[in-house]
Amino acid sequence: MKKFVALLLALTLCLSAFVFTASAEVADVKLGVILLHDENSTYDLNFINGVNDAVKALGLSEEQVIMKRNIPESQECTDAALDLADEGCTIIFANSFGHETYLIDAAKQCPDVQFCHATGTKAHTEGLSNYHNAFAAIYEGRYLAGVAAGLKLNELKDAGLLKGEKPLMGYVGAFTYAEVISGYTSFYLGAKSVCPDVEMKVQFTGSWYDYAEEKNAATALIAANCDLISQHADSMGAPSACEDANIPNVSYNGSTVESCPNTFIVASRIDWAPYFQYIVNQVAAGEAIDTDWTGTIETGSVVLTAVNEKAAAAGTVAKLDEVKAALQAGTVKVFDTATEGFITVEGAALNSYIADVDDLGDYVPETEVVADGYFHESEYRSAPYFDVKIDGIELLNQMF
Amino acid sequence: MSEQKKTAAHEPLFHLAKRSSVNPVAAMGIRLAAIVLGLLVCGLVAFALIEKLQNNPGKIGDFYYSFIKGSFTSERKLWKFLKNMAVLQCISLAVTPAFRMRFWNIGAEGQTLMGVLGAITMAFYFGGKVPEWQLLIMMFIAALIYGAVWAVIPALFKAKWNTNETLFTLMMNYVATYVVSYFLVIWVPSGSSTLGKLKFGKLPPLPFGNQYLLIILISLALTIFLFIYLKYSKQGYEISVVGESIRTAQYSGINVKKVIIRTMVVSGLLCGLAGFIIGAGLDQSVTTESVGGQGFTAIIVSWLANFNPLFMIVTSALISLLNSGAAQISQDFNVSGALPDVIVGIILFFIIGCEFFINYKFVFRHKETGKGAAK
Repeated sequence: MKKFVALLLALTLCLSAFVFTASAEVADVKLGVILLHDENSTYDLNFINGVNDAVKALGLSEEQVIMKRNIPESQECTDAALDLADEGCTIIFANSFGHETYLIDAAKQCPDVQFCHATGTKAHTEGLSNYHNAFAAIYEGRYLAGVAAGLKLNELKDAGLLKGEKPLMGYVGAFTYAEVISGYTSFYLGAKSVCPDVEMKVQFTGSWYDYAEEKNAATALIAANCDLISQHADSMGAPSACEDANIPNVSYNGSTVESCPNTFIVASRIDWAPYFQYIVNQVAAGEAIDTDWTGTIETGSVVLTAVNEKAAAAGTVAKLDEVKAALQAGTVKVFDTATEGFITVEGAALNSYIADVDDLGDYVPETEVVADGYFHESEYRSAPYFDVKIDGIELLNQMF
Repeated sequence: MSEQKKTAAHEPLFHLAKRSSVNPVAAMGIRLAAIVLGLLVCGLVAFALIEKLQNNPGKIGDFYYSFIKGSFTSERKLWKFLKNMAVLQCISLAVTPAFRMRFWNIGAEGQTLMGVLGAITMAFYFGGKVPEWQLLIMMFIAALIYGAVWAVIPALFKAKWNTNETLFTLMMNYVATYVVSYFLVIWVPSGSSTLGKLKFGKLPPLPFGNQYLLIILISLALTIFLFIYLKYSKQGYEISVVGESIRTAQYSGINVKKVIIRTMVVSGLLCGLAGFIIGAGLDQSVTTESVGGQGFTAIIVSWLANFNPLFMIVTSALISLLNSGAAQISQDFNVSGALPDVIVGIILFFIIGCEFFINYKFVFRHKETGKGAAK
């Protein structure tokens, strides 16, 4: 009996010690976050919200997170990262594409600290064990948003409310860059999957955030007979132009239903909280962080806002659930090259495409990315590389 | 008669009078008082804006400590502070010769940015193709030429057609930004407009000491050089005369046009040098934000130091200290990046405002009215 009690005691002690150390390890993690701007930019706000949500979910204390705001894409970024390392951070994260080369510099100087970078492209070729890239398969979210747009166009068509003969969408893009091209193409394909004769015009603004330019672009697209507008740019320019003209809008980065109650349909966005949780947990457990981490619908990284029933077509919610399940099951592929006539480039099927996946500064494409009947986006690295100009989408201008 | 009565009846409680002479010790006292007052107001504003402070007023000590913490609590922070100060000092030195001539060059931002572009253009096209030391010389020369050309254009217009130099140099800043955007489009075919850090063309650090030591020493040498140039050289004297009065300068046989152009070339060369320091010494890349507004901050640094290169060491240190302290507050209290700007703005407001009290004094009605009015 005594032995049994002793054993029991020892066991509970071990267990409690185990439980204690597990939480203690999370308590040992200190996360440093480098932001290009601050709360005033929707892009950075999305990351700040992600950090705060992850902090809540993991039960981290205030002292375990340091945020450095307004860090430019220069030597300042290396300095900021090294300063965070001095302050005891065990993970350092930076959120802007241009931070990458400077963060790599810091990673080389601090081999014991983990460095994570959103939207970057160099981790898989850099060969550093403490430097990692992350992005999300946002093209799946865009595709879903496109389905909602296609349903709306079908509704307009049935009611005889289309401006032209064929349903036409307008898209306000930032730059003619793979991330944007991948975004508007997946949006277009989502719409096409339910509304086969849809066409789209794209207008670029040449800026990630420019209220006036985005509003002008959207107004011009509306004047060019577009029945619906979507955008990949961070301001309220396009949504408010749509609300003024009473044209349905599919948004990005967050819901705009409050300021656009009559025209907002749905928005897709990347939720960064799951990634922050993932890196904290990996470091706490002493496990390696993936070199390229791509968040998906399953990880909770690709999310849709609530559908605005007032503007959306009837049955949108049910259809979105159905397509979402199909995407998760893998039965529907966004960049489906197998289905005849779905993706064509100058009339021909897309059976092969060499993309520039390895960002070595040469801008020479080297990787075959079409296989098994679809374009493998965000699989060979987390950041998007789909930059094919497909039929049905007309680019009104190009902005690099 | 009645009018006289009226003015007598409506004589204000006080009026302002220019001080005939300024006691330098008193002036320093006023400046210090202004900084202290500014810091106090910052504390009040911070208290009104930061929730953490309201919940725990004892943290106000941490708030002020952040100003020191931002620059002095680790070796790395100290070097970073000295580096920031050195770069700001360089650009401030660059605007100074023109300012002493009363040529209001507010184009240092663009001239420096062109300097960065000049250096990086060489590194982009010749990096890895010529030996590194040769590349660095090419970068250095290109940076100086780019900076000087950007400065001399408005100077030529001023000298030839008497155009407004303030507007002209301001506009040249925007043109420089777009020139950089243009090259980024050409250099980065993927469309991201992000060049990233280049592999070649890095100013090597000194074999001893911190990686930023060389930049700091360059800046120090430049300060001494400019001090001597402005104070003891014939050209420096000509600048002062043109600044005092163009007519006097003409009368004494100074070729004013030549002095204007020559001085702007000096300004542009110095901006180009600052651009070389940023391009080759720090970023090894160029973006439209490479100078980050320092070209404008330099104006305040130079003006506060009364256009004296030696005093500028103090003012550039003060501004760098405020900037890193304010950023530290944003970090420690987890507040929006706009708060640092507010804090730096308030303190600068007090510092600049106090110059008014140094140059003018209040004369009150009940005290020696007659004397005050006579002055």
